Amino acid sequence: MDNQVAIARAQAHYARCIDDGPLEDWPMFFTENCHYRVTTADNYARGLPAGLIWADTRGMLKDRVSALKEANIYEPHVYRHMLGQPAILTESGGDVESETPFFVLRVTGGGPTDLFASGRYVDRYRVEGDQALLRERVVVCDSKEIDTLLALPL
Amino acid sequence: MDRLTGTTAGRAPDRSWPRSLTRVPYWVFQDEAVYRAEQDRIFHGPHWSYLCLEAEFAEPGDFCATFIGEQPVLVTRDVDGEVYAFENRCAHRGALIAMADHGKARDFTCVYHAWTYNLQGDLTAVAFAEGVGGKGGMPPNFCLSDHGPRKLRIAVVHGLVFGTLSNDLPDIEEYLGEEILDRIDRVLGGRKPVVLGRFAQRLPNNWKLYAENVRDSYHASILHLFFTTFGINRLSQRGAIIVDESGGHHVSYSAIDRTAVASNEYRDQKIRSDSEYQLADPSLLEGFSEVGDDVTLQILSVYPGFVLQQIQNSVAVRQILPRGTDDTLLNWTYLGFESDTEEQRLVRMKQSNLVGPAGYVSMEDGGIGGFVQRGIAGASDEYATLQMGGDTAESSESRVTEASVRGFWLAYRESMGFVPDDDAPLPEIGKHERTRVVRA
Ligand code: FES
Ligand SMILES: [Fe+2]
Repeated sequence: MDNQVAIARAQAHYARCIDDGPLEDWPMFFTENCHYRVTTADNYARGLPAGLIWADTRGMLKDRVSALKEANIYEPHVYRHMLGQPAILTESGGDVESETPFFVLRVTGGGPTDLFASGRYVDRYRVEGDQALLRERVVVCDSKEIDTLLALPL
Repeated sequence: MDRLTGTTAGRAPDRSWPRSLTRVPYWVFQDEAVYRAEQDRIFHGPHWSYLCLEAEFAEPGDFCATFIGEQPVLVTRDVDGEVYAFENRCAHRGALIAMADHGKARDFTCVYHAWTYNLQGDLTAVAFAEGVGGKGGMPPNFCLSDHGPRKLRIAVVHGLVFGTLSNDLPDIEEYLGEEILDRIDRVLGGRKPVVLGRFAQRLPNNWKLYAENVRDSYHASILHLFFTTFGINRLSQRGAIIVDESGGHHVSYSAIDRTAVASNEYRDQKIRSDSEYQLADPSLLEGFSEVGDDVTLQILSVYPGFVLQQIQNSVAVRQILPRGTDDTLLNWTYLGFESDTEEQRLVRMKQSNLVGPAGYVSMEDGGIGGFVQRGIAGASDEYATLQMGGDTAESSESRVTEASVRGFWLAYRESMGFVPDDDAPLPEIGKHERTRVVRA
């Protein structure tokens, strides 16, 4: 299968997993050793390494989900991810670098639909057959401001 | 020429404030006139406000745009290597002098009519000052040095840059006091901070609710369940609260109690010892002694809006900026140090998950202020009660106390000029009795 198709397919399921659940499946979109980080365009451009969320194993992603389910307290809310087409930047065999623009709408409690975040996924995928797994996803948010808090992953 | 002339504080709204530190009127989070007066009396008044880190503008010509309250400010390093700060507002018609957050400049030229300022904030040139073809131009008596943005007084403490628009306050050492200085020194002294990331969080609440939250050691193990849920031992910790004399600054810290850990006495009493939840990747909590002592947590605040945090190996500064009665900007700067090894840097990255807008132990703080702001709607005649740990604003070994929150209000009512009023509600309020409200 074409890398572009494999990645677009994986991303559609990724978004659906966060928006509609089950969130527990979210870490499975990543390889065991992976990198996931949510940062801002400013930090990214300056090469500053910290993240709002920072993980280098699938285990850390699982912990993120279980902490959200079991420990953290926040007003219930839901996301709706809108993803653009992945732009394939480099391909060498199953090793693919791509970028995908996104925006995420958030509804908190019984409130209105707010535009919560926009940005791009800067990704490195491992594509095997028709399966594309994230080795690395840097979520680069366009704005440096986060409204209230960031609980669910982007 | 030094154009710092201090400020004329606006009149404090005519309000009575309870004498007891255990009562806080809810109108203080809601009233527009109070909010306006805070800008004058606190942020433009005789207080040192945190501006930025020296590490953010290391080289001559580097600048950093920040705020003192709502007022935009530029902090610069001139070619002489010194730090300067002045209001980021053109002396001509008020446009921002610099729009970027950070940058490098030889001088600043306002985009509107090209008035030019040097790195110290002096007006050096006015476009078309002589007019064109002998017509127009500035009057002959116009003197550049009479026009310029107001300059701030600057103080640098271990790489933290503080500024003030007022001449009516002591130098920073006296302002902070020895205990606070020592605790800043503990984390930042003798090593060079490196910025690892900057994040901003918009809080749907009054800035003072966040100032309270940071000083509120009572809520920490109740609201933030991450540690207890995952069966991570936090009970073997000794610690204390330090409240400075003014009440406005505080330190809360806890340290590993080696005897308790060794005896397992506390470990057996885990709040949820039968917890089925465990971290799949416990490397998050494998840290190192931050500065060679046993203190694993130190939260320090400086009145009005600064926080220095060491939570295990997550070191950060926070700047609390008011943006409206129910709108606050919280700026986070995550720090490492030049001396960090690669492993230590990795630990800091992992532990950055604990703090910030998505932090396991701090995401709740982003939401809770909004819950209060919404909860007190319609209750502007009522009062919060702060009786945990007594009614004073003193240092204590217990962290089950609201002493440093009371300290904040002590400093606040002083700086706002609210007169304590014996007729305002007493600390003891009957169960079903409604609070009485006394207004001047
Ligand atoms: S407003 Fe700056 S030059 Fe006119
Ligand atoms: Fe908290």
